Amino acid sequence: MSKTAIKLNVNGKTEELLVEPRELLIYVLREKLNLTGPHVGCETSHCGACTVEIDGKSVKSCTMFAVQAEGTEITTIEGLSTPDNLHVLQRMFREHHGLQCGYCTPGMITRAHRLLQENPNPTEEDVRFGIAGNLCRCTGYQNIVKSVLAAAAEINAAQEAAE
Amino acid sequence: MIPAAFEYHRPKDIEAALGLLQTHGDEARVLAGGHSLIPMMKLRMAAIEHLIDLRDIAHLRDIRIEGTNIHIGAMVTQAELIGHDGLARVAPILREAALQIADPQVRYMGTVGGNVANGDPGNDMPGLMQALDAVFTLAGPDGDREVAARDFYEAAYMTAREDDEILTAIRFQVSAGGYAYEKQKRKIGDYATAAAAVVITRDGDKVASASIAMTNLSDTPVWSESAAAALIGTRCDADAIKTATDAALADIDPNEDNRGPVEFKRHVAGIIISRAIARAWSRA
Repeated sequence: MSKTAIKLNVNGKTEELLVEPRELLIYVLREKLNLTGPHVGCETSHCGACTVEIDGKSVKSCTMFAVQAEGTEITTIEGLSTPDNLHVLQRMFREHHGLQCGYCTPGMITRAHRLLQENPNPTEEDVRFGIAGNLCRCTGYQNIVKSVLAAAAEINAAQEAAE
Repeated sequence: MIPAAFEYHRPKDIEAALGLLQTHGDEARVLAGGHSLIPMMKLRMAAIEHLIDLRDIAHLRDIRIEGTNIHIGAMVTQAELIGHDGLARVAPILREAALQIADPQVRYMGTVGGNVANGDPGNDMPGLMQALDAVFTLAGPDGDREVAARDFYEAAYMTAREDDEILTAIRFQVSAGGYAYEKQKRKIGDYATAAAAVVITRDGDKVASASIAMTNLSDTPVWSESAAAALIGTRCDADAIKTATDAALADIDPNEDNRGPVEFKRHVAGIIISRAIARAWSRA
């Protein structure tokens, strides 16, 4: 089967690739671009471990072909921070025990990041509803919700201080 | 999971998309948000040789509110529908229903057109569009034609759309009065065990008009004319709601599946329909 040339902007970097139309975005990110933050969990559009941000939308990258993403801007967990300078969501997940095995965490944080862009002052219910597309089998969600709320509070406090 | 190989097309306008459908016949399918089709392709339950992505056809994303006429392009996503303040003002039932579909990630990608065109009995928009008496525009090789949502669904995954047609838009009239979309589902992301869309208008303390449709309780959505007739002219008290609910239940034919046996589904449906009527009336 012939390959298609695509151009993506991933974490601020332009990437030109040749892909088969049937290649799912998650595999292109993981295997061709070595971005192994987004995980393959259920592979059936349920668990959200593969969540990335595409043009301001949280997307399950197991349910999108890479060719569909032609011309888009993609942010994965790797694009949110560096190991020496964690994103506030990552710091809050660490502080509030928002992860145990960590498998769902990149998807959780990528999704929570978009949620806080759209709703900087979420209630607990908003957070629970907003991350309903991400499954965690360890934490029971309590500490994930706490972490997201703590991150929102810290972002808002930093903004107020800046103003 | 890797789907079978296919050729990917991304036409810039509807004419080009229709041309591809003509050329490739039943080897081709159009792709909207892909959140029903791509999982089926991954499971190899759908084998498609030519995938025609509609995402570059800009006018399919239009939302227009002209007086009491509402036009929603087929490629409008559930998230765009939820986020549209104009629509929330004139047709708040759309947001209420769309928020109960799937999960946030699916709503960013899943489209209204895909939801109504797929013919999956579990989809929520078909019943809602029947309750609103919406009309679907189908573009085909001989131009556009329109089919009422109430005439569109023939059986599970079987609709009035021909293989060489594309559903491009949905239109309906703003309905005054109260509304409700009630849905019972086992968990986020599941389809309805039972769901109901209700629109009611009031004249003094009586029901002036009503429209009631149900989701996932037959192999098509069910618009129940007799349930509506049972409400009109009543004060929408407990007796009237019971009579209308019984009439609605007489029109459905649920199947046993992993959401429960037929008796359970009828039980759930009765509760959901009654709640939807009561809530719509409370807002009328």
